[in-house]
Order: sequence, then structure tokens, then C-alpha cells
Amino acid sequence: MRVLAAMSGGVDSAVAAARAVEAGHDVTGVHLALARNPQTYRTGARGCCTLEDSRDARRAADVLGIPFYVWDMADRFHADVVDDFVAEYAAGRTPNPCLRCNEKIKFAAVLDRAVALGFDAVVTGHHARLGPDGLLRRSVDAAKDQSYVLAVLTRAQLDRSIFPLGDSTKAQVREEAARRGLAVADKPDSHDICFIADGDTRGFLAGRLGEAPGDVVDALTGAVVGSHNGAYAYTVGQRRGLHLDRPAPDGRPRYVLSITPKTNTVTVGPAEALEVSSVRAERPVWTGGEPPTGPIECEVQLRAHGDVVPATVELTGDTLRAELRRPVRGVAAGQAVVAYRPDPTGDAVLGSATIAA
Amino acid sequence: MLDEALEAYTATAREVGNASSLHAAGRRARRRVEESRERVAAVLGARPSEVIFTGGGTESDNLAVKGIFWARRAASPARRRVVSSAVEHHAVLDTVDWLAEHEGAGVGWLPVDAAGRLDPEALRAELAAHGDAVAVVTAMWANNEVGSLQPVAALAAVAAEHGVPFHTDAVQAVGQVPVDFAASGVSALTVTGHKLGGPVGVGALLLARDVAATPLLHGGGQERDVRSGTLDTAGIVAFAVAVEAAVKGQQEYAARVAALRDDLVRRVRHAVPEVVFNGDPVDRLPGNAHFSFPGCEGDALLLLLDARGIACSTGSACSAGVAQPSHVLIAMGADDDRARSSLRFTLGYTSTQADVDALIAALPTAVDRARRAAALRAPR
Repeated sequence: MRVLAAMSGGVDSAVAAARAVEAGHDVTGVHLALARNPQTYRTGARGCCTLEDSRDARRAADVLGIPFYVWDMADRFHADVVDDFVAEYAAGRTPNPCLRCNEKIKFAAVLDRAVALGFDAVVTGHHARLGPDGLLRRSVDAAKDQSYVLAVLTRAQLDRSIFPLGDSTKAQVREEAARRGLAVADKPDSHDICFIADGDTRGFLAGRLGEAPGDVVDALTGAVVGSHNGAYAYTVGQRRGLHLDRPAPDGRPRYVLSITPKTNTVTVGPAEALEVSSVRAERPVWTGGEPPTGPIECEVQLRAHGDVVPATVELTGDTLRAELRRPVRGVAAGQAVVAYRPDPTGDAVLGSATIAA
Repeated sequence: MLDEALEAYTATAREVGNASSLHAAGRRARRRVEESRERVAAVLGARPSEVIFTGGGTESDNLAVKGIFWARRAASPARRRVVSSAVEHHAVLDTVDWLAEHEGAGVGWLPVDAAGRLDPEALRAELAAHGDAVAVVTAMWANNEVGSLQPVAALAAVAAEHGVPFHTDAVQAVGQVPVDFAASGVSALTVTGHKLGGPVGVGALLLARDVAATPLLHGGGQERDVRSGTLDTAGIVAFAVAVEAAVKGQQEYAARVAALRDDLVRRVRHAVPEVVFNGDPVDRLPGNAHFSFPGCEGDALLLLLDARGIACSTGSACSAGVAQPSHVLIAMGADDDRARSSLRFTLGYTSTQADVDALIAALPTAVDRARRAAALRAPR
């Protein structure tokens, strides 16, 4: 096959491209320029958008002996991922930008362009398995598993995707990179949000949305117990950084229960009040076979690297409902609910949807 | 690299000797350097003392533009203006910008017409308005992207009327079209090795004897006290061999390559009727064919043709590797889309009819696919 390997400059995508070459594919490497003003050098371990990352990707492609190009996706990335990220926070939700980037950039804008240019598939270094049965499964490396942020992909997108790393642990990938002479073997993992270079999400949002002081309200008493400089800076389940003026009468810690943009209010309360047993989600995508016509038993995950709980899931029209077998804390609107079918050979993604409430 | 140049390089590199040393080995090296200087001067219409060896085209351009600017301003402080064109190579463009930003230079940018050509009358008007303030004029001999030749002799004559030194970047021109330093009337001329079968990293600035230039590099003053650094004897010898071969073979080479190029242009037009041919149709580099492919992105075409073994160029990329719309096409009045849809094919010493055939065979599919890819970018 003629395949396009998306190469971030990290170790995973370099080894994924190497494996695609070894599998006999005709591989072309592409680095996505996502930052409008790329920083020259990395600060810390973050990012995939610096000149150094672009160079690392090019070096890996050179070692593999494959053609390499840089595609400018900065405008699309800003519109579909960064602006969406800001708008979601402004609306009181908690977005997952990696998931949005997979949905809109890597497996949409990039994949569509690749197909138009005559490529058959896109290869990435995601840690997930995609077998001949077409099911997306968790990586053998549970700590690195990225099936959650890929669960948003449609059947058509998965059919043109290749994830060569799902059967390997991160340690094995690094070892292989070293064996293949790829200089990125020891490059630190990227984490956090690539477009917030200093990791200060609250500062980034404040820069975009401005300061908007408002009240922090206790859910039980309705009393104002503190103030904030912008409700968007809070996430459901958050405990740190609330700076409450008045302690709770029972002296127990309080958590963010909800954010109400309309009144610019952050509501706090005790841990138990965070517990959710029923989840409603929108815009479902179902790739684990035919969409179910009635309730099914499966497992759900409600945030990246979050707990997995047994649940009954039902699909009706544009809504996915999940009744959880045991309550879960810290369920935030804007995150994805991903349904998995437990499987000893790797839990399989059935479908996903965006949590509404 | 040309065989003769490579052989001259390796033979010389085996010899020991610093051309600035006074002992026998040094004298031997010095003789090689001076013979090379004479060979370069002879074929380019210059005197040996006007040949300053440098580390290549970028250095020569920097030395000419900054060096002459500084020297002229030092001699008469009112002269703090540079005149250049919007289609220069970045080695000149960025040097002029640097002078503006760091040395307070005023800049007169001369416009080009739709074919990328300068008009000597525009220079005349510029010098009539600011003549007493201009330190140096710089304009290229031939454009590296669209291939158009500039009326260098006419421009140099206008500059001479106002007593202003005129520099030309002739990196693209030497070996491709006739270049004669003295006959052209220019004060300074840039030439480099790797564009004519010589080594990378060796070039020269031809600098008229009565034109002063302040050095960029300070040290031993090896080259006329204008350029310092231990002389690269082997590189200089190979460079001279290549320059001589390129200039002596220019006519025959240009005739052969231009015929091939004309065939390429005719057949590209036939294969893709909507194509726009860029640059001067007649007065252009013999090996250069430059097109805009409406509805395509140049970098998509490049990827597709590269996969078929055809190397072409979209112009320049930023430091991250993202293709940028060409400043040359923008200066010629092209909009962003047309600039991004452009591609240059360059034919050279090794090009054959089979290369042209291969391009024509691959082009229709590539254009078709590039169009489909570009359509995806339309606003959603």
C-alpha cells in the first residue's frame, strides 16, 4: 500500500513509520506544522510543534530512507482544535483537544488530503490495536493506551488507519528505536497540551477569554463561599486552587461540582455530590459492529486514563445513555464516554459519544 | 561536480601548503590560487585583482551589499540608502532588510512587471529623487525562481550616471548566459561554484578596483584586505576549473538545454492547457521553466512528482519546512493562490529528452490528484 506516516518528531511515530516500511508499504513521511509561530526549541518535554521536532522527524525519515514533507495545518488546527478548546471551556465544558485533533486533523484533514493524493492509509504512532476484524482495541501497554482518544474515529476513518505499535509496550518501542539507530529513542514523552507550551492552561484561557470575576457558591447552602476570576478555569472534580473564604461547616474538603457560564458561577460541594451514576452523551460514533437496537452490557471509560466501570449502554438516535453499575466521580461535560467490550485479547472499542450531562 | 573540477580538487587537496606562507610549499599553493584568479578573471571579463575569493554566493552578496554600503556611508554620511528589487534572492533581500533594521538604511524597492523584469527608468526615477543619498544599488542578473534576465547593463549605466556603485548577483547567470564584468559596467558581481559544476562553499565577488568595501570578516586580510580567512586552495582551484569550463561551454550548453526546455514548455502546455507560464518568455535562463498550475498546490505536485522520480521546486520553505508563497511571484502581481500553485523545473548538464518524457508522462495524473487535494481546502 501507499501510506502516509504522520511523524511528530517523537519516538512513537518514528518507530511506527519504520514498521510500516518493514511491512513492505510504500511510505511517505509527513510532519504537521500546527503552530502558527513555531518555537525554535522545546521548553520542557511538551510540544510537537517546534523546529526541533520538525528536524527530529526529518532525521528519522532520513534514517528510514523515506520521502519527507512538512504540511502546514496550522490554520485548520487553530480553528478546529484550539478555538474549539477555548469555546468549550467558555461554555463550561472540559474538552479533550487530543481527541478533537484526531477527529478533525489527523484522521480528517490529513487523511482526506492523503487519499486525494493517492495514498491508501495513514500510519500513526498511537498506542492502540486495529486488527483485521476492524475493531479498535486497547494497547498491550495499559499505561500508554490511546484507544480512548481514537474512539471518536468513524468506520471510514478506521478503515484507512494503521497503528503499528499496539502490540508493543513503550519500553519495547524505545528499545527498537535505539536498535534502528533513530536518534529520538530517548526523547522524553510529550504530555499535557501541545499548544500550551508552559502547561498553564488557566493562564492560556485567561489570555483568550479575559478575566471574568464571579462567585463560588456552595451547593448545599446556596451561600457564596468565595470568588473566582473566570469560571472557565475550573473543571468538574477539581479541588485544588479554589481559594474558598469560608470552610465548609463540616470541615470536609469541597470540590467543583458544576460550572454555569450563564451566571458565571462555580458550584462546589462535598465529594459524594460528585458521584454520577447516569451519563447522557451526544453525537455517538459506533464502530464495534452494528449499532445496538436495545440496551447492552459493557464497560465505559469517562475520561482519558480514567477508571473503567461496568455499565448498561443504550443508543437512541443522537443520544447515548450509560447507566453505571457503580457511581463515578469527576464526570465532566465535553469529555467522551467510550464503551468497551471486555476481551482477553484486548478490550475492544464499541463506540463513543460526547458527555452532555 | 564536474569531473575536471573534482580531479583538480583532489589533486590540489593532496598538496600541503598555506598560500599565505612564505616557504616553498606556501609559494606553490599561492601560485595555484593566483593562476585560478587569472583564469576566473579571464573568462568573466575582469582583472585578476578584481577577483575576491569567498565562501560562496551568500557571503559575496553580504560582502557587496553591506561592505559597499558601509564604505560609502563612511566616506559620505548622507549616503545611507540602498536600492534593490523585490525579486532578489534572500541572500540579498535579507541583507538589505538587515541594513534597514540595524543600520538605519533607507530602502528603495524597485518594482518588477508581470514577467518579473526591472525597468531602468524606475531606477532613473529613484536616483533622480534620492541619488545623493544612495550608497549602493543591487539587482540580480537572472532570477533564480522564474528565470527572467534583468537589463543589467542598462541598470548599471543609470547607476553610473549618478556615481552610485551597482552590484549584481550573477549566481544564476554565469555559465547559462554570457556574463562579462567589464562590459556590463557593474561595480561588483557575485558568482558561486556549486551552480556551475564547482564545489559548494567556494565563490567569488568581482569587485572593481575603485570600489571600496568594508570587510565582513576580519583577520589576516588575505583577499585584498577585504576578505580574511585562510585560502581554500583546493576549493579555489576546482572553482576556477568549473567557471572556465562553464563559460567556455556556455553557448553550446545553452542551445542544447534551451531546446529541451522549449520542448518541455510546449508539452506541459499541451498536457495541462490551463497552465500559466511565468517569467520572460524570451530573455530567460535556458534551463528554467516556471509554471503556475491553477487549482493545484505546488507542494502537493512536488510530492507526487517526487514519488515518480522527478525533482522540481516550489520556491522556498520556512525554517520549519512549510512551503511559503514565493515573494517573486507576489512581486510580479500574483495572488497567494497562484503563488502557491507554482512549480519550477530546472534542466541542466545531465538533463535528457527522457527526463522531459518522464515528466510529461507523470504530470496529468499528478495535476488531477493535486486538484482534488486542493479542493479539500475550500472553506467549509
